[in-house]
Amino acid sequence: MIWESLWLTLKLASITTLLLFVIGTPLAYWLSATRSKTKPIWETLVSMPLILPPTVLGFYLLIAFGQSSFLGKFLDDVFGLQLVFSFSGLVLASVIYSLPFMVHPIQSGFSSLPIHLKEAAYSLGKSKTTTFFKILLPNIKPALLTGIVLSFAHTIGEFGVVLMIGGNLPGETRVASIAIYDEVEALNYSGANTLSFILFVLSFAILLSVYLINNKSLNRIVK
Amino acid sequence: MMECKLKKELSAAEGKMILNVDFRLDEGDLIVLYGYSGAGKTSILRMLSGLLTPEDGYINQDSNVWFNAEKKIDLPIQKREIGLVFQDYALFPNMNVEENIYFSLPQKKDKKTAEELIELMELGNLRKQKIQQLSGGQQQRVALARALARKPKLLLLDEPLSALDHGMRTKLQEYILKLHKTYKLTTILVSHDPAEIIKMADKVLVLENGKITKTGTPISIFSENKLSGKFQFTGEVLAKIDEEVVSILHILIGNNVIKSVSAKDEIAHIQKGDKVLVASKAFNPIVTKIE
Repeated sequence: MIWESLWLTLKLASITTLLLFVIGTPLAYWLSATRSKTKPIWETLVSMPLILPPTVLGFYLLIAFGQSSFLGKFLDDVFGLQLVFSFSGLVLASVIYSLPFMVHPIQSGFSSLPIHLKEAAYSLGKSKTTTFFKILLPNIKPALLTGIVLSFAHTIGEFGVVLMIGGNLPGETRVASIAIYDEVEALNYSGANTLSFILFVLSFAILLSVYLINNKSLNRIVK
Repeated sequence: MMECKLKKELSAAEGKMILNVDFRLDEGDLIVLYGYSGAGKTSILRMLSGLLTPEDGYINQDSNVWFNAEKKIDLPIQKREIGLVFQDYALFPNMNVEENIYFSLPQKKDKKTAEELIELMELGNLRKQKIQQLSGGQQQRVALARALARKPKLLLLDEPLSALDHGMRTKLQEYILKLHKTYKLTTILVSHDPAEIIKMADKVLVLENGKITKTGTPISIFSENKLSGKFQFTGEVLAKIDEEVVSILHILIGNNVIKSVSAKDEIAHIQKGDKVLVASKAFNPIVTKIE
């Protein structure tokens, strides 16, 4: 059971991180470049999961995608997609919940690039897309890495949202953090301890790698 | 030939300012935009390059229309065929010297001009160097080569040399002049260094508060009322040596130390470290061609 929940956690974190990278990078770029007056609203929405109790987020997702809601029924009828008490539901919730952890570092990475870099590329006849992929992205690698690792780590540590929308189904939604809770409820402290210790070491290793790599790339730029 | 009429309201440090200019560039000219910071020099360059949209006016380059407010034409920067060089070089840190220059080539095909520029800018030994390892002068040479590799007709230089020390500036001025002549460019240079302008410009546009207040050759702009056969330099006193009747001042002017002899009491008030003006009649100077 321990390994099943660990595997599920890693699977959830990987898929979530991948999706977040694809969604978060353009979003972060847009936020760094836009002069729209609605920017503060978008920034607030992105940052909401930082302060919102995870249970609130989970609760609304449960309401929105439950069988009794129009959206939930529609998704089930048309696509056969059940987002409540299912793995796909967990992915959706995790993407929303970890959004700021992907967007914030990447946004500040883009903002820290000199504006002339982009303008120089345009003046050389390069399109916005070419400039984005060949110039902007390669020059914010440390920020991209930070975003990826923080999102991954944060998804591993999820609990409230998962419990609300995913419940506790073995092999489907019982991720490591839920499994620990479950073990404690059942007074199986040694099982809880094993899982807790693995998560502790894993989180430490992940964060350590970010700091090591970022310090190194920082040194390289300074030199 | 280029004809430009540009109008736009800009928000400067001292509040709003209307930029309203009207000028013509002949092919092969090296024009300098001169004026205090905030006068609108950089904004003009940005409008010409397409980074800033004027509210009104037009930019015609030969028979091509780059911008026309009435006809709602606004050619994007990518299609204007310009070379743009910034004060901060704006080289791509993720590429080495050679990759920076090749990046500007349309299909990585025609490397001939790029190679020629690497030669001309004496960058051959630095090809594989990382940008972070280059000096300011080297970086600006790479930026110039990069800007010209796809053969633009118009070269726009936004205070390209103001971050460099004096010696490096002089060298880079030579490089820019060489490029300007070799590729028969029309060049616009933003500068506020009179010595640089006199050395380089064919024509100067003096900009004040968003308007062009004077146009002319550098000599006519900078030697107003001064065209009297006189040398005039500013310098710093490095040392003052008192002799029997006279005192000898060692004065640093540009890169040169000049010794000047004066009567003791005439320069009694001048001390080491003072900024001084040195003037002399130019009746019979020795003028020799360099090179």
